[in-house]
Amino acid sequence: MRRRTPRLLAALATSATLLATAACSAGSSADDPVGGPSGAPDGGGEGLVVGLTAEPANLDFTTTDGAAIPEALLVNVYEGLVKLDQDSGEVVPLLAESWEVSEDGRTYDFTLQEGVTFSDGEEFTAEDAKFSIERVKSDAWTVSLKSGMDVVDTVEAVSPTELRVTLSEPSNDWLFRMTTRIGAMFSESGVDDLQSTAVGTGPYEVTEWDNSGTLELTARDDYWGEAPGVGQVTLQYFEDATATTNALLSGGIDVVGTVQAPETLAQFEGDDRFQVIEGTTNGEVVLSMNGAAGPLQDVRVRQAVRHAIDHQALLDTAWAGRGELIGSMVPPTDPWYEDLTGVAPYDPDRARQLLQEAGAQDVSLRMRIANLPYAVASAQVVQSQLADVGITAEIEPLEFPARWLEDVFTNADYDLSIVAHVEPRDISAFGNPDYYFRYDDPQVQDLLAQADRGTPEEQVTDLQQAARRISEQAAADWLFLLPNLIVAEADVQGLPENRIGESFDLTTLSRG
Amino acid sequence: MLLQVLRRTLVFLVSLALASVVVFAFMAVLPGDPARVALGVNATEEAVQATRERFGTDRPLVVQYLDWVGGLPSGDFGRSYVSGAGIGPQVLDRLQVTLWLVLTAMVLALLVALPLGVVAAVRHRDAAGAAVSALSQVGVAVPSFLAGILLVTVFAVRLGWLPSSGWVPPAEDPGEFLRRLVLPALSLGLVQGAVLTRYVRSAVLDVLREDYVRTARAKGLGPYGALVRHGLRNAAIPVVTVLGLQLATLLVGAVVVERVFVIPGLGSLLLDGVGNRDLLLVQGVVMVLVLAVLLVNYVVDLLYAVLDPRLRRAA
Repeated sequence: MRRRTPRLLAALATSATLLATAACSAGSSADDPVGGPSGAPDGGGEGLVVGLTAEPANLDFTTTDGAAIPEALLVNVYEGLVKLDQDSGEVVPLLAESWEVSEDGRTYDFTLQEGVTFSDGEEFTAEDAKFSIERVKSDAWTVSLKSGMDVVDTVEAVSPTELRVTLSEPSNDWLFRMTTRIGAMFSESGVDDLQSTAVGTGPYEVTEWDNSGTLELTARDDYWGEAPGVGQVTLQYFEDATATTNALLSGGIDVVGTVQAPETLAQFEGDDRFQVIEGTTNGEVVLSMNGAAGPLQDVRVRQAVRHAIDHQALLDTAWAGRGELIGSMVPPTDPWYEDLTGVAPYDPDRARQLLQEAGAQDVSLRMRIANLPYAVASAQVVQSQLADVGITAEIEPLEFPARWLEDVFTNADYDLSIVAHVEPRDISAFGNPDYYFRYDDPQVQDLLAQADRGTPEEQVTDLQQAARRISEQAAADWLFLLPNLIVAEADVQGLPENRIGESFDLTTLSRG
Repeated sequence: MLLQVLRRTLVFLVSLALASVVVFAFMAVLPGDPARVALGVNATEEAVQATRERFGTDRPLVVQYLDWVGGLPSGDFGRSYVSGAGIGPQVLDRLQVTLWLVLTAMVLALLVALPLGVVAAVRHRDAAGAAVSALSQVGVAVPSFLAGILLVTVFAVRLGWLPSSGWVPPAEDPGEFLRRLVLPALSLGLVQGAVLTRYVRSAVLDVLREDYVRTARAKGLGPYGALVRHGLRNAAIPVVTVLGLQLATLLVGAVVVERVFVIPGLGSLLLDGVGNRDLLLVQGVVMVLVLAVLLVNYVVDLLYAVLDPRLRRAA
């Protein structure tokens, strides 16, 4: 009997160790935890294997949040009436070949493509479009993004190829949101088992997926549009940046779709066997400042923080110089983009002066960041640059998403935080005083509301003003814009330079 | 003997029950709200509340615990918050993968440790023994994930002999299965082998000093002959014990190695689950791992009695 007590303790200690191991490493390398590929060997010239990071938990983006599912399925398997052009950032036709907007901006008349079928053989008509849009407004959709459809008042199927959508008030944002998952078109007969069966009108259908790290997409024979250049694409999910790189180097995959560690790019750039693609995303790496508690309530202290940071040096150190400096919450692919990096240039003397004016000597701030590579790397640079002007910043990495969501996002229990805001056109967050920035400015709120109601031209000027004002008021600081980094074998063509939609568009890929 | 078996069975069951409390408590104190994680950053308060009700995480902890434990004996682990799928089948699926990895590593470790350990013991006074000891010291100091990274760098990236990651089920393609199993199993097995070598060495050394071996040597048997004829069964006892305990280490190591090699085993599932706060899933995985460790210990305890007659009169 004496010998067994330690055994029991050992067993319990084991479970504790396992949990501790898991807790320490969970979420430490990618936005979404993923499993591993059950790697099917590359089938030669026919197939293409793309390495990505965030594995879908299931195939249903109507009830499961997160970027993983639309990344794999939108545009490739599910199509919308419209889609986002990755280069110009414009809304372009897809299942709707054209549309007209009424004078008052409330009525949209879409003319739909003919001869479109779903992967289950059903024909796509205006009835399906009506069904899909109304379904977003019903309880069937549970993800919070469904609110993008709130502005829709009525939907009519005028004829099989004509759809009329009437909004309760004009909204420039609505058509843009139709390029996201909420605009995806479903068949009435194809929504019974969305978690494991995806029925869309897109060029690919899911032919293999068992939640163990690979998702296989095979081109449909009966696709209405131009057939994609690759017959079969396998998406393989990697948790670990090194494992991804090694898989590419050893021929296990053909494309690294999202490079997680930019410092690894150097080894590919001088190598003829590979190509490196560098473009932009919607992911602003935001240094958020709590506007409702602590020293950062004072606009001068916030401005001092912005002047204290040498953004180019930070980008070089933290993200190997890859990415863009933006100076506000607008990426270059939005029509209202302006380079606002000049609003708060690096000027430590000005920072010290502002602190003195604000009477903020010996400021000490809690920097509670997401424990993600870019945030941890950036935080260290920010900390040392703030120290130069006399601000002490205490770094506390919080496990992302779980702990960060609870402490920073929900309770706003922080002074400074760092996380990438990857949603498209998310400048609107600064119009919500309850958002974790706790930024409450009536002028910005009005500008944002007007922008959505006005003409497209007014939208541009209003949002430019809003972006400038949040930058001047140092509502936050924008460290840099995450780059779109892709490494691929040299003969893969048609890779997207920018990644600004929810989808990783595979339809343009081919092998040279 | 029967009493022994009964008593050990009781200890096994009580340990399992205690472990379930510990595992549940661990997950209960983990910061982060599963509902909020599932819904992401745009969720309304009502949506979060509704999701808590759907998950059942709004109920008192005691109720949640009893509800969860009640299903376990019948293999009902509940449903994953994230995927909505039943957890039991998924855990079984992943367990197979991890068991392949762990058992292969165990076999490799024994293949390394038994001959080397015996040599190190028998020749503990000369250079060969010292060399083995030094080598095993180095091996013990290398964490298995580092071994994995080194192996990948050499055999997958530089030489291109073996795939760097991924998994193919044995039923699908046995050849490819083996090719993908080699490196991860080696990463785990070599390090384990180094640890075991030291245990084998000291167990054999102890046996060599026993009277019955000395007697056998006096009768003219060589050191190895005497060992094989009289000593190995006794030396096996501490080694079997260590093997049982090492299984726990191997399972923890597998969690990390699976990550390096992108293998869809229990380890990957566990990490995903913790990150997503898929609490029931994590509890299910850990319980299966704990069950494995306790079961091995239970079997080792019983084997003890078989291997060493002296222990039978105990208790």
